[in-house]
Amino acid sequence: MELGFDVVDLPSHDALTEGDEAPEFVRPLVNDEYWEDTALSEVAPALVVFYPMNGSFPATYIWQEVRDRGWMERATVVGVTVSTPYSHKSFLGRYGLDARLFADPSNEVAREYGVVHDLDGMEGVEEPRPAVFLIDGEMSVEYAWVAQEHPEFPPYEEIENAL
Amino acid sequence: MWFARLSFRMTEHDQRTLYRLQACPFCERVVRKLDEYGLEYKSRFVEPLHSERDVVKRVSGSRTVPVLVGPETGATLTESANIVEYLDAEYGKGGN
Repeated sequence: MELGFDVVDLPSHDALTEGDEAPEFVRPLVNDEYWEDTALSEVAPALVVFYPMNGSFPATYIWQEVRDRGWMERATVVGVTVSTPYSHKSFLGRYGLDARLFADPSNEVAREYGVVHDLDGMEGVEEPRPAVFLIDGEMSVEYAWVAQEHPEFPPYEEIENAL
Repeated sequence: MWFARLSFRMTEHDQRTLYRLQACPFCERVVRKLDEYGLEYKSRFVEPLHSERDVVKRVSGSRTVPVLVGPETGATLTESANIVEYLDAEYGKGGN
């Protein structure tokens, strides 16, 4: 889309890159029926999608695209954002998603992965910036993409080739 | 990817699992008893709305919580009074 002006850049980041070891974490992992504390290593290998909070249009766009491309049938796909387990459960139901979503209200996981987005105009609220990591069974990062602009959407084709 | 799914399923029967609702006093009563006997368990939180609790119905036959699924036999216990009675008998002074 041609906007006729420059899209806002996000500040530089220190996100994980290919070959890095993915930090382990435990958070409530929400499916369409319940949630339970789950370690990333329990679901790896997995495609880990950091995304802005449920309800924002990037969240909706990203997950509808992931659903329509059938990634959930090809791989274990998990999301991470600051929304609560209750919000995650509604979100999965509303968009008919087969994915599972980690609830990380403190945004600590995004901090560990170097993908924090400090929101302007929402004092005390932050969320992950869009970022996608393909983590293998040994918790090594096989593929990494991190948004550089606000907003920016994942390069779906490129990710599909990495799957 | 099949490997991840398989291992995910395998853990389901290896662990004591408590289906619970946040802030439900009957569930907290069971938690207190599990803690008292130092028993490990995995918590699965479900929705307040009964109609949204199909997973509970599948494991126990009804949609009420708490439900405790034991690791030893895979036995499913419902009703907090029953669960507490079972835990007391198995792990309390009266048990072996």
